[in-house]
Amino acid sequence: MKRTPLYAAHQRLGGKLIEFGGWEMPVQYTSITDEHLAVRKAAGLFDISHMGEVLISGAGAEAFLNQTLTNDVRKLAAGQGQYTLMCNERGGVIDDLYAYRLTDSEYLLIINASRIEADVAWLERQLAGFARRSDVKFQNTSDTTGAVAVQGPRVVEFIGSFCPGPSTGGTQVARVTDLKKNQVGRFSLAGQPVWISRTGYTGEDGFEIVAPGQHIEAIWNQLLAAGQPYGLKPAGLGARDTLRTEVCYPLYGHELDENTTPIEAGVGFFVALDKGEFIGRAVMAEQKAKGTGKKLVALKMTDRSAPPRPHYAIWSTGQGAAKIGEVVSGTQSPSLGIGIGMGYVPPAFAKSNTPVEIEIRGKRAPAVLVPKPIYRKPD
Amino acid sequence: MANVPSDLKYAKSHEWVRVSGNVATVGITDHAQHELTDVVFVELPEIGRQVKAGDACAVVESVKTASDIYSPVSGEITEANKAVVSNPALANSEPYASGWFYKVKLSNPAELNALLTPEQYQAQIAGA
Repeated sequence: MKRTPLYAAHQRLGGKLIEFGGWEMPVQYTSITDEHLAVRKAAGLFDISHMGEVLISGAGAEAFLNQTLTNDVRKLAAGQGQYTLMCNERGGVIDDLYAYRLTDSEYLLIINASRIEADVAWLERQLAGFARRSDVKFQNTSDTTGAVAVQGPRVVEFIGSFCPGPSTGGTQVARVTDLKKNQVGRFSLAGQPVWISRTGYTGEDGFEIVAPGQHIEAIWNQLLAAGQPYGLKPAGLGARDTLRTEVCYPLYGHELDENTTPIEAGVGFFVALDKGEFIGRAVMAEQKAKGTGKKLVALKMTDRSAPPRPHYAIWSTGQGAAKIGEVVSGTQSPSLGIGIGMGYVPPAFAKSNTPVEIEIRGKRAPAVLVPKPIYRKPD
Repeated sequence: MANVPSDLKYAKSHEWVRVSGNVATVGITDHAQHELTDVVFVELPEIGRQVKAGDACAVVESVKTASDIYSPVSGEITEANKAVVSNPALANSEPYASGWFYKVKLSNPAELNALLTPEQYQAQIAGA
């Protein structure tokens, strides 16, 4: 198993280490519920150094990325990022990722840890067949780059003391807290350049910090020190999963895979059909026009029961009740105190308020389809 | 350091047994609840069910996973703890007291000799 530069820190903090996508990562430090609630109420700090970082630059970078990814990078100003997907010719998702335009012709892609090999192989193959490949430089910097995510409503109270700013690249701001959602800036930390974006995977306000691997441990320690008085806690992959499930963010391998299109997964908003030709466009255009065979839905248990889990069967109710689909993500929601999840069903069943049943260890428990996100911050 | 009461017997699979006459009360150990952390759901066997030692007869769900609970002894289920079903957190806060799971009328009390003593269980979890 691979280890991030923060392995020693995780051990010191009492992290319970598990295997994830080939990496030895902390699933929790104290408890998933504690860490989840800390992110919702104050702040949590996640090691995301296992994720991949690919740099694509040059005069041909924009065209190459627009041909390979579903969203439109032409919309990006320098210092701005977007959620996007990379699909095969059948419209099946190879990965979901963030693409940041750092400067006019330099892009940083943040990709899933479990897909680094697949993504790099795909990108290299596409680049080899790209007419303007001599105008594109491709660098996989995953092995030498680290990252952390600091998320929660109180992050704005202490991140300024950790990183005073101003930015030295990307979006021009005096303070890191001036970055708007999806903006990214280069900042100097102890004389070293780091990229900080106002993004996250939790549904809370927060930032993600990308830096060379050898500087990540100092960044982690400094952030923990700065945030502790505000309730900042280290948070593991367990809380990362419950947080993203509550707000219905997809996780590759669950909501997304090579046999599922972004349209089926409900993220068609990030597919720019009108930008011109890109891999998988024809399939997705047809689906947008004519519909799909399956649709991602969110669900909530309606009685006290065990929570839904991946692969549990979803059943319709009433006359002719039958298995109609499967759960792809599920957990007990720490914020709501009830079982929640997402799954795929035929579009005819995919309306909110439709009662369903989840098969748990041979018995069916009542649930209901709900709109996304399942958890919404109280106003 | 996990709490291992000296008046109980233990199974390798982290259940404890308290015997009173020919009725055994069963729950999960402090070590087990500490490994699981937040218990969110407990499914207990039906009253009247016959179980054999080693049968999976209950389920404990944490946020992340479902774990089978194995009966350390054979017999008939006589009681299931409603309190831990309606408040699963009791399995974490009071695993040996209000967080107990079920009671069994022993059909083969000699099985108790095959269970671990507190010292043997302590040694097992220390080596873990």
